[in-house]
Amino acid sequence: MVSTALHEMRASYAFVERNIYLVKRYWTWEMVWMVYSITNSLSVSYIGMGMEQVGGGDVDGRFLVLYLVIGTLVWRYLATIFYWITDIIGLERWEGTIEYTLMAPIRRITHMTGQTMFAVVYSFLFTSVILLVTVELFQIDLDQANIFGATVVLLSGSFSFVGVGIVGSILPLLFPERGSQMTHVIIATLLLISGVYYPINVLPDLLQKAAVLSPATYVLQGVRSAMLDGAPLGSLWPDIWPALLIGAIAIPIGLQIFGIAERYAKRTGKLSRNG
Amino acid sequence: MKQTAIKVQEAYKVFNKNHRLQWRRRSKNDQDSATVAVDRVSFQVKQGEIFGVLGPNGSGKSTLVRVIATLLLPDSGKVSVFGHDVVRESIRVQRLINRVSVEASFFKKLSPIENLSYAAHLYGLNNRKARVRAQELLERLGLEDASIGKPVEEMSRGMQQKVAIARALLTRPAILLLDEPTTGLDPHSKREVQTLVREVREQDGTTILLTTHDMMEADKLCDRIAIMDLGKVVAMDTPARLKELVQTTNGHEPTLEDVFLELTGKKLVKQNGNGKEES
Repeated sequence: MVSTALHEMRASYAFVERNIYLVKRYWTWEMVWMVYSITNSLSVSYIGMGMEQVGGGDVDGRFLVLYLVIGTLVWRYLATIFYWITDIIGLERWEGTIEYTLMAPIRRITHMTGQTMFAVVYSFLFTSVILLVTVELFQIDLDQANIFGATVVLLSGSFSFVGVGIVGSILPLLFPERGSQMTHVIIATLLLISGVYYPINVLPDLLQKAAVLSPATYVLQGVRSAMLDGAPLGSLWPDIWPALLIGAIAIPIGLQIFGIAERYAKRTGKLSRNG
Repeated sequence: MKQTAIKVQEAYKVFNKNHRLQWRRRSKNDQDSATVAVDRVSFQVKQGEIFGVLGPNGSGKSTLVRVIATLLLPDSGKVSVFGHDVVRESIRVQRLINRVSVEASFFKKLSPIENLSYAAHLYGLNNRKARVRAQELLERLGLEDASIGKPVEEMSRGMQQKVAIARALLTRPAILLLDEPTTGLDPHSKREVQTLVREVREQDGTTILLTTHDMMEADKLCDRIAIMDLGKVVAMDTPARLKELVQTTNGHEPTLEDVFLELTGKKLVKQNGNGKEES
């Protein structure tokens, strides 16, 4: 039992180490992606300042900037986790290693665990860089912010996005040619309904109801409370537990669905077709 | 008495070109578009044996290897590795096997050492010991120190294949599945790999299932050979007995190529005395 646990831990680490090597080798792409992410965040955040001019003097531009900065950062963090999880298959297809990896004597949860560990740390570091640039550029005062509380909310949302990512990762498994691109549909839908750039109550009724199912809704509410109002950790619990609950449901369901999809791919010969 | 390493019983694998979700019985249209890749194949491989599978492109060799490697689910029949069913006990089977595919399957931007480190961790090996073994294997296969730190994409096809073989041997598998392992290698490298295959069997008692187009390689290496055509095994025996199936012509001893052509080229059309065609 101990040797099995050790084997599974080493196997999980295989994905962490491999991804570190890949980030190092593809460093130019990482730089490009960082620049893109920073400029993207700034583009959205400047809308806040622009609203003062467009909307007239009643609009608090600085508050809007902070509102949007939090939206972009939280979304960047969660979306990065999502894409690293869906890349469980997408990356293997791209590299032509899918058969080699899926032939390894490891449980799929071990595979997911390794990828998740890397995804959370990477996303945290990546988003932190964007945060530092944004805070510096907009001269944002974080003295009143509860950064620890915001971090706890973010981490609770990480697990739910891992679950969503696991479900999304079946698309590259089932559709070798365009599966990775199809995952954008999931993230675009969550972006629409989760209140990333606007309060949920501006959405039509149906989409407001759908927002309840998105873990990002709670993460954004919680992080905004912590950062904008300095809300203490205890008062963030109403935003933490739904995100954890969605993760607790989505991860096992995701693993089950992935198992079914993997068996289907092995029955129909879709593993050997690389993207 | 040696254990049975691989047992294939009536293995059957069909691919439906329509790729519909198979939640229901196939309609006649689906059956018309189906390709039978492995057609009720049966054989056994004893522990420590080097077993060859010869066949033209599309004969089902790679499909058969993938079924044994747990990468494909057979549609019927039973395949087991040291008594473990490849479908129901896939992780147990995966612990016992490793596979070298005809296409180099690496993270191309990573170096051979980085790829092998990934493999070592995947298979639960101790990192330090795995690195030492990886270096030994790479040196044995003729890879220079300078090249093992460079990205795999900068290596020739032949060198990539050597790294693939080193990766498969790293885990000391009980069964090695070699799917055309010497394709693309120069004669010297081919000989190095063939020597290594024999050494692995002699020193570690590894059972080897080898698919190849190279008749001389099959003749040299394999204890027994199965010849496949259109998904079926058309003949299976030692190289010497297979050659006895073909008559000596013009003092020329039959080769495996003669056997191969005799058995798989059987649909050659001849003309009878009336000038009409008969098969």
